Amino acid sequence: MTRSWINPVVQAIPPSGIRRFFDLVSEMKGVISLGVGEPDFVTPWHIREACFYSLEKGYTMYTSNYGLLELREEIALDLERNYQVGYDPRHELLVTVGVSEAIDLAFRAILEPGDEVIVPQPCYVSYNPCILMAGGRPVNVETWAAAGFQVLPRDIEAVITPKTKALLLCYPNNPTGGVLTPEVAQGIAALARKHDLLVLSDEVYAHLTYEGQHVCLAALPGMKERTILFNGFSKAYAMTGWRLGYAAGPAEIIQAMTKIHQFTMLCAPITAQKAAIEALRHGEAQRSKMVAEYNRRRRLFVKGLNEIGMHCFEPKGAFYAFPSIAVTGMNSLAFSEALLREEKVAVVPGDAFGQSGEGYVRCSYASSMANLQEALVRMGRFIEKHRQSAG
Amino acid sequence: MKELLELLEENDRLTPAELGVMLGLDEAEVKAKIAALEAEKVILNYRAMVNWEKAGVEQVSAVIEVRVTPQRDVGFDEIAERIYRFPEVKSVFLMSGAYDLLVEIEGTTMKEVALFVAQKLATIENVLSTATHFVLKKYKLEGVILEDHEDVKRLVVSP
Repeated sequence: MTRSWINPVVQAIPPSGIRRFFDLVSEMKGVISLGVGEPDFVTPWHIREACFYSLEKGYTMYTSNYGLLELREEIALDLERNYQVGYDPRHELLVTVGVSEAIDLAFRAILEPGDEVIVPQPCYVSYNPCILMAGGRPVNVETWAAAGFQVLPRDIEAVITPKTKALLLCYPNNPTGGVLTPEVAQGIAALARKHDLLVLSDEVYAHLTYEGQHVCLAALPGMKERTILFNGFSKAYAMTGWRLGYAAGPAEIIQAMTKIHQFTMLCAPITAQKAAIEALRHGEAQRSKMVAEYNRRRRLFVKGLNEIGMHCFEPKGAFYAFPSIAVTGMNSLAFSEALLREEKVAVVPGDAFGQSGEGYVRCSYASSMANLQEALVRMGRFIEKHRQSAG
Repeated sequence: MKELLELLEENDRLTPAELGVMLGLDEAEVKAKIAALEAEKVILNYRAMVNWEKAGVEQVSAVIEVRVTPQRDVGFDEIAERIYRFPEVKSVFLMSGAYDLLVEIEGTTMKEVALFVAQKLATIENVLSTATHFVLKKYKLEGVILEDHEDVKRLVVSP
């Protein structure tokens, strides 16, 4: 047998279910894609314009490992303004290459071999692999449409062991659109305090909350010292390709994360950082406009899904609907492939986000109103054809 | 109310049913609101926005700065009315600064527009002077970019 050069941990990680589906879709023409996990808006012009200006002025160099202090100060102000939670921009904030990098850094900074991290599913595709690559062990907890895809404190408590070190939360959630109610968030916070757990809270969709206020985990009593808060610019400001996020947390953890960051990434790109300063200072009007548009699409699309028989829990955040495909009796992958082949609508199979996503598909409504309406017509036709006869 | 108007301003072909779903209102509620807005002349008109150049129809536009002598009691209103009554006139605004009225004219040829200014506009009593600027190219109209090159560049599937 020839020698394999690949680390067995990496070898054992299955490729992203989304990636497989992408290869299938990219060969087809005339597809309406609801499979896209990013805004369909282009970054607002004033932000792009600020970026040109920074290049003209010659801002093409490294920044501090932590990121530009000016940006960290704006981030601290933003967190204070939105959630009344105060962070010291010098010691408690780290600017990263997207939230993705921040999450990877956090796991690498905190996990020892065998440490367990509780991760509710369905969830974004990168958490489990990042935990595994950092030597930890993901412990997945299922969430349910009936509870609005919130992870319930009792379900968390059931899997806590002496090895449990952290709990990862992502609300508003990708792929379900679920958000945490204040009551559930309080319950989770109490549990974290009781069992002395660290909470990693990916709040990248925080601004995309359509009903009620976003609950910032770090802002709950006694939580700031045990929470790493992640956020970024991708979703709220339509800046996915700029790759800019940040982590806010206890100085000790931020310092440890920065140690890894300085030896691996050095710093986030200065051009993106300059643009992010503009986004935080002057981006609210454009951001609110985009959020209002997502909200209108959400209402239209979710109503449409329910009308064609794809029962859908009402998503209150992010820009995803996560309808059940139970009426067809198909599994997620078969459904998605057939829908793509027969009606040229691309959705993402729910099981790409964990086993508990089986029986659902993720539909992104970050697409034009006309696309959404046409997709609903096509999906309605598809459901009619494949609806399992009752009984 | 503002959101409803914004949606209609952007796309007047949305039906009351669609608007209702988007705004979280009943269809009947939306119909009633729209009817009231029309009655109050908040909504003035519904119409298509045409790129005439692309339609291959010759068209000339000009903006004309007009200086006038305001009239006792009615100020600029009476003279503005004498100007905006002409169907060739697309819009009339009272301005601050070096001139008083900004008049937008549309015609089929430059000569037609020039003659209108010389014969109709400049000769109105109390019009002191006019300065005509012909439009060479329209880039953006009422918030719409005429030749938008910003097409979709997203991947079709992403996490």
